[in-house]
Amino acid sequence: MTNREIILSRIREALKISAPHPTFQDKVQIRTPISPPANSFQQWLPPVGETLEAQIELFQKNSENLKTGFRVCADLNEAVQFVKTLAANNGWKKIGLHRGELTDAVAQELDSTKVQTENGYAVNDLESCDAGLTECESLIAQTGSVLVSAISAGGRALSVLPPHHIVLARRNQMVTDLTVALQQAQEKFKNNFPSFLSFITGPSRTGDIERILVLGAHGPKKLTILLLP
Amino acid sequence: MKISLFIPCFVDQFYPQTGMSIVKILERLGHAVDFPEAQTCCGQPPFNSGYWDEARVVAERQMSVFRNSEIVVISSGSCGAMVKIFYPELFHGHPREAEAKTLAAKTFEFSDFLVNKLGVSDVGAKFPGRATFHDGCHGLRELNLKKPPRQLLEHVRGLELVEMKEAETCCGFGGTFALKFPMISTAMGEVKCASIAETGVDFVISNDSSCLMQIRGILDKQGKPVKTFHLADVLAQT
Amino acid sequence: MTTQAKEFSESARRYTTDLRHRDLIQKALAGYYVKRDENKNRFQSWSGARDAAAEIKWEAVNHLDRYLEEFVSKLEARGTKVFWAPSAKDARDYIIGVARQNKVRSIIKSKSMTAEEIHLNETLEHEGFEVVESDLGEYIVQLRREPPYHLVFPAMHLTRGQISDLFHEKLNSAPTDNPEDLTMIARRAMRKKFCEADMGVSGANFAIAETGMISITENEGNARLTTSLPKIHVAIVGIEKILPKLSDLALFLPMLATTGAGQSLTCYNTLYGGPRQPGEPDGPQEFHVVLLDNRRTELLADAEQRDALHCIRCGACLNVCPIFKNVGGYSYGTTYQGPIGSVITPHLRGLHDWKHLSQASSLCGACTETCPVKINLHHHLLHNRRNAARAETSFSEKILWRGFSFVMQRPKFYRFATRCARIAQPLQRLVQGTIFDPLRPWTKTRSFPQTAKKNFYELWRERKTP
Repeated sequence: MTNREIILSRIREALKISAPHPTFQDKVQIRTPISPPANSFQQWLPPVGETLEAQIELFQKNSENLKTGFRVCADLNEAVQFVKTLAANNGWKKIGLHRGELTDAVAQELDSTKVQTENGYAVNDLESCDAGLTECESLIAQTGSVLVSAISAGGRALSVLPPHHIVLARRNQMVTDLTVALQQAQEKFKNNFPSFLSFITGPSRTGDIERILVLGAHGPKKLTILLLP
Repeated sequence: MKISLFIPCFVDQFYPQTGMSIVKILERLGHAVDFPEAQTCCGQPPFNSGYWDEARVVAERQMSVFRNSEIVVISSGSCGAMVKIFYPELFHGHPREAEAKTLAAKTFEFSDFLVNKLGVSDVGAKFPGRATFHDGCHGLRELNLKKPPRQLLEHVRGLELVEMKEAETCCGFGGTFALKFPMISTAMGEVKCASIAETGVDFVISNDSSCLMQIRGILDKQGKPVKTFHLADVLAQT
Repeated sequence: MTTQAKEFSESARRYTTDLRHRDLIQKALAGYYVKRDENKNRFQSWSGARDAAAEIKWEAVNHLDRYLEEFVSKLEARGTKVFWAPSAKDARDYIIGVARQNKVRSIIKSKSMTAEEIHLNETLEHEGFEVVESDLGEYIVQLRREPPYHLVFPAMHLTRGQISDLFHEKLNSAPTDNPEDLTMIARRAMRKKFCEADMGVSGANFAIAETGMISITENEGNARLTTSLPKIHVAIVGIEKILPKLSDLALFLPMLATTGAGQSLTCYNTLYGGPRQPGEPDGPQEFHVVLLDNRRTELLADAEQRDALHCIRCGACLNVCPIFKNVGGYSYGTTYQGPIGSVITPHLRGLHDWKHLSQASSLCGACTETCPVKINLHHHLLHNRRNAARAETSFSEKILWRGFSFVMQRPKFYRFATRCARIAQPLQRLVQGTIFDPLRPWTKTRSFPQTAKKNFYELWRERKTP
C-alpha cells in the first residue's frame, strides 16, 4: 500500500462510526449536507454600510485602528503628488514596483532609482529599497484589508520586503467583505489562480514581547493606501 | 405545587442550615415541601473520577427515590448539572435512559426554580451589607444560570451587589481535583480570593456550597474577615 | 504514577507557588480579554458564527477522505508535490530528503506547531542543517533552547528584561527595556537569514479543498518572507486542517483572529496554491506539502471526541483556562498545552502516559465556552477519565468508588457512615496538618468545615415530629 492509501484507509475505517451532528440551541440544522451559501456568513459578521461612501468611511475607520495610512485622492495627479511628497520627506533613494496602469503613472514622476519586479529581481536589490509600490485585487471595507496577488502586486515579496508598502487602488475595487473579495477572485481566476494571494490588514506587527504592540516586525512598518477614482 | 428537595450529601453534613433556608423560603412562598428521606448522593464524585458504572448505580438510586416527585429542587448548581446534564449522558443507551431524562427535566437548581419556574425574583428578603457573587461553574456554564441569582439578590433589601473582576473564574474546588491536585486548586482559590478582596465587600454569596467551602478555606488561612453565604441563607433572612 | 504524571505534578507545584509567573501571565492576558471581547462584540452574532464554524468543520472532518483527495488533486495539478506522511518519522525523513536533494544549507522556518509536534528542528539540526525560527516569539525561545510556552504566544512567559539579556548574550546587542528596540534587533538579525536561506518551512492554518490552497495566518510577515524568498517551500499540514470551500475563510479568518489574538483580522492571511507559476516574478521553484497523520486518525476513530479535530489552534482555551494560567505552558510537557492539549495528547501519544492531564482539571468549562468551533472540551476530559478508568483500573481507586457506591445505594449505610464521620472528625482535628491527617491535601492550605451537629436529615425529622 502507498502512504496515501494507508492514510485514506485509516480515515475510511475511522469514519465508519458516525459522529453526532452538532445540534444547536434552536435544534435546527443550518444546512444539509454541505456548506451554507457563503453570503449567509454576512448575517453574523460585523456590519458593513450599504453605500460605497459608507464602505469607504468604514475602511477609513478601520485603517485608523490598524495604523494604516489611508487617503482618498480626487484624481491621479493628487496621488502622484502625495507619493512624491512621501518620497521627498522620507528621503527615498530606491523604490520597488511592478508594471501597471497606476504604478506606471506614479513612477514616471518619481526620481528615485527603480527596481522593477515583473521579470525577476535580485533579492538584495529589492531588500534595500525604501518602499514598494503595488496595485491590488481589492480593498475590503469590513476589515480594512487589501487583497494582493502575485499578479496584481508584482509577485510575493514586493509588498512585504521593503519597509514601506504603498498600494494604489481604484474606488471600484472596494468590496464589502472577505466573502465578496474571495468570490470575485474565484470568478476572475477560475482554475488559474496565482500561486499567491494575501489579505494584508495593516502594517506588519508583533506582540510577542509582553503582549505589547510593535509595528514593523518583519514586514513593512508603514502601509499607505491611496484610493483613486 | 409539591416540591421535593434534593439535598446534596455535603450540604446534608456540613451546611444543613442552607437546606432549611430553602424550606423556609419555599414555604413562605406557599409551597408544600417534601424531603424523600432515602436520598443519598447524586453520584458525581465517581462520575468525575471516571468510574461511570459505580456512578450509575448511585444515580439509579436517586432516580427511584424521586420517581414520583413532581418537581425536584436542588441547592447546588454542580449536583444540579449532574442530574440535568450528565444523567442523560450516563444513561445513554441504558434501559433507564428515558427515566434519567424525565428526572433531568423536572429537576431545578434553586435560583433557576425561583426565577424561571415560579417567576419570583423578590422573596421579601432583607440582608444589609455589601456583597459580591461567585458563579459556580456548573451552574454558570452547564445550566446557563448567570442571571437568576443576581435577579434574586437585586431585590434583597439593604444588600449592595458589587461584581468582582473574576466572577466567572473557577474557584478551584472541582471535587476530587481539590485533593488530587491541591497545589493547583489552592492557586486558583488564591486568584479568586484576591479578586474578592479587591472589591472590598463584607460577604461572598454563591449558589454552590462546595465553592464556598473552598473560598472559606482559603480566606480562613489568609485571615480575611470576609464572610461566605449560600444564596438561600441570604434570601431566608427577613 | 507515570513519569509524565510525576513531572507534571512537580512542575505544577513550582509554577503554582511562583507569584511572579502568575502575575506576568495575568498581565499578559488582561489586554487580550479586552480586545477579544471588543472584536466579538463587533460580530452581528458571535453565536451564529460559532454554530456555522462548528458545522463547517464537522462537515470537513466527517468527510475527510473526500476533501483530502480533492485538496491533493487540485494541488498536484498546479505542480505542488504532496507527500502523505502516516507517521512523524515519515514526515521528517521526507523533509530531510528534499533538503539533501537540493543541497540545502540553511533553512528558515515560520511558526508551526505541527513541526514542533514532529520535532523537526532537532532532527534537521542533527542532520547538519542550520534552522532558524523567524517568528519573534519562536526565535526567542529557540535562542533559549526552549519549546514554545503557548500555542500562539510562544514567549509570553518572559519579560523584556530577560529577552534583552538573551539578545545581549546571543546577538551581542546593547541592553534595552524597549520592546520596539528588541523587535528591531531581531528584525535586523533575521533579514540576512531570509535573504540567504535555501529552504523555507512553514505550517498551515487551513487547507482549502475546493481550490487546493493552504492558508497561513500571521502578524509579523515572517511567514510571507519564508515562503517568498527561498527556492524551496515545504509546508507541513495536519490532515484535519481541511476546509471544504474557499469562501469558508470569510468566516474562519475573522474568528481565528478574534479568539486567537483579539484582532479583527491578523495582519497577513495568505493563500498558497503552488510553486511560482509562469508569468510570476518570484516564489519558490518547488512547493512541497507534507500531509501529516501521526495518529490523528486514532482521534478520528473516536466518534465521541472526533470534534477535537475541529480545532483551529487559536489558543483561546489556554487563555481562559485557570489551570493553564497557574501551572504555565511548560508543566504540560506536551506540544499542545492547555485544555485542547489535555484532550488530544492521550490520543496522539497514549492514554496511559497522558491521562493525568485530563484529571488535572476542575471541569469549569471556560474552555468549551470560548472555543470558536464549539469543541466540547471539558466533557472530553471526563470522557478521557472514563476511558482511563476502563482501560486500566487502579485497584485502590476501584475499591474506593466501589465502597462509595455500595454505601450510597443504601440510605441506612449512608446514615451510619455520616454518624461515623461526625465521631471521627474530632480525631481528625487532633492530627490536622500533620502527616497523619487524612485530609492533609486539603487542610495544608485550607480550613476544613466542621460537620454540623445535626445534619439536614435530622433537622428535617425533628421539624416533622416536634
